[in-house]
Amino acid sequence: MGAIHWGSFFFLFFALVTCTFAVAVVISNNIVRMATYLVASLCGVAGLFFLAGAQFLGAMQLMLYVGGTVVLLIFGVMLTARGPFVSMRSGGGQWILALLVGGALLAVLMQTVAAVRPLAAPGAAVANSSTEKSDGKPAEQPRATADGAAEPLITTQLGAGLVGVRTDQVGRKTAAGDNAVVAGYLLPFEIVSIHLLVVLVGAAYLARAKRRLASSPSLPEEGQ
Amino acid sequence: MAEALIKNLNVAAGYQWIVYLLVGLVQVALILALVMTCVAVYTWMERKISGRIQDRMGPTRVGGRFGWLQPVADGLKLLCKEDIVPREADGLLFRVAPYLDFCAAFVPFLAMPFAPGWVVQRLDTAVFFVVAIGGLEVLGVILAGYASGSKWSLYGAMREAAQVVSFEIPLGMCVVVPVLMAGTMSLETITQQQAGWFWYWNLMNPFALVTFFIYMICATASSNRAPFDLPEAESELVAGFMTEYSGFRWAMFFMAEYCAMLLLALLGALLFCGGWNGPIPVATMLGLTPEHGAVAGFAGNCLGCLNLVIKGFLGVIFMMWLRWTLPRLRIDQVMTTCLKYCVPLASAMLVGTMVTVFVFRGGLALSPHKAEEAPTKASRQTDNDCKLKNANCKMQIDGHSASADAPSSNLQFSFCGFHFAIPPTRDGGA
Repeated sequence: MGAIHWGSFFFLFFALVTCTFAVAVVISNNIVRMATYLVASLCGVAGLFFLAGAQFLGAMQLMLYVGGTVVLLIFGVMLTARGPFVSMRSGGGQWILALLVGGALLAVLMQTVAAVRPLAAPGAAVANSSTEKSDGKPAEQPRATADGAAEPLITTQLGAGLVGVRTDQVGRKTAAGDNAVVAGYLLPFEIVSIHLLVVLVGAAYLARAKRRLASSPSLPEEGQ
Repeated sequence: MAEALIKNLNVAAGYQWIVYLLVGLVQVALILALVMTCVAVYTWMERKISGRIQDRMGPTRVGGRFGWLQPVADGLKLLCKEDIVPREADGLLFRVAPYLDFCAAFVPFLAMPFAPGWVVQRLDTAVFFVVAIGGLEVLGVILAGYASGSKWSLYGAMREAAQVVSFEIPLGMCVVVPVLMAGTMSLETITQQQAGWFWYWNLMNPFALVTFFIYMICATASSNRAPFDLPEAESELVAGFMTEYSGFRWAMFFMAEYCAMLLLALLGALLFCGGWNGPIPVATMLGLTPEHGAVAGFAGNCLGCLNLVIKGFLGVIFMMWLRWTLPRLRIDQVMTTCLKYCVPLASAMLVGTMVTVFVFRGGLALSPHKAEEAPTKASRQTDNDCKLKNANCKMQIDGHSASADAPSSNLQFSFCGFHFAIPPTRDGGA
């Protein structure tokens, strides 16, 4: 076969782009440059999605994250900036704190990556997992693809997996005997999104105009 | 395409990547050639059109009577100018911004179909992809304005941010309307459903007609053209976000602007105006379809591509006409246009289309069963929707293709689950 596996090559390329610019975000001092590097990093992630054939997800990444978030970020930076080029210097304590938080998140993510069963194409995974089971009872035949070719992974399956329906595990019985419909990640997902909303509201509150109208004492003390 | 080449030429496995690389390069070069040619022609057209509108001649000297070599002279001049980076500027971002801007305007062309099968990368969510990448253009402009280290540039960038971010909303809503009507996000399928005479175009749907005009307004606004050219308002802000730019980088901004105009015009043509289907199905009449052989299919595709490019030119000419006709709006007027008129109208059209699609499952347009006649590979994914639509669409003109149990009427349709049939004696005014 070919000397180079081009899928892996492009995966590594996009992963390198993502990681390099992510590191650049951390290292950089200028906040607008940080935003630019973040755009490049998120574009790399979108490239990974496109490479995986998840076109909708890739376009979504570009639309929501690269488009929306970064424009808002730059917006906020420009509206709140005091000087022409904001430079951020972080002290040693902040670095340590950030490393701790980031390391903890990385550990959680790595553990999750190792724990989740790989989402394989329907048919193949079920066949493998059913043969692995040693209780001798042949698992029911998975809804095998008629032509033998594995269906490509699409985002529908990923989304179904998020709410707990693993389409690749349909034929499989768990140890308890019920179907492989497990508790999904919808509730944590929603909690995180509410959290993000709170963060957004907080950011808007912090970035609001600090001036208060001195000539109108009838206004309440808190201002707006 | 690359797969077919590899199969026909029996390329060894180790060298297949060369074929992929070459095919990719040729495709990108073709798109780049088309876009760059259009941009060059547009700069000339803009001068001629503005000249005519203002009762003067426009360029007349360079290259003969019509000044048609003017773009070449402009390009040479811009290449020879000194490339200046202001002392106050953030050098890296200042240098990167024009290319970012141009990339965001150019990359969506990779998902644009120019004829059946003539697309660099066939995406099922092409509409979404095009809108998503096209929206990134604002980033280049904001970076340019910020990195220039100049007040004028920063003001221009702020205006751009406010304007484009606002107009993205109605633009997105407008794009959703034909997507709803077609039941797919694939640009190729959307266009194929409009095949035939011009009354099969989405434009003939009253909701889509209104949406098209909102779309053109939003397209003009999001490509920073007058009357929405606040980001580079030359009478107030020198040149807005590109005040500090000169030479080739300035040219990149201009190319990006014309590129975005062409992109939005082409997208509008594909979504609303039948895309590569001409007003009269000449190609089908002459038998220039793939069923009559590869050469006929190729000729038909060429004709379709020409159709689409002509429509794109008409859209761009419309934008130029607007620019030289209307005065510039104030920022509050821009916001009023967007938030008080475009967004509510687009929302109303969206809701109207939803109701139409739900009630008249086959659509209001006199569309025969296109999807059943020619099921394409791309349309098969949305086949469920199409089947549903077509199964419920009992609106058939001429009873010859109607189902066997109801041959007695020549016009029948269903409304909210009730079936109506107009007997042949009556003059069915469809």
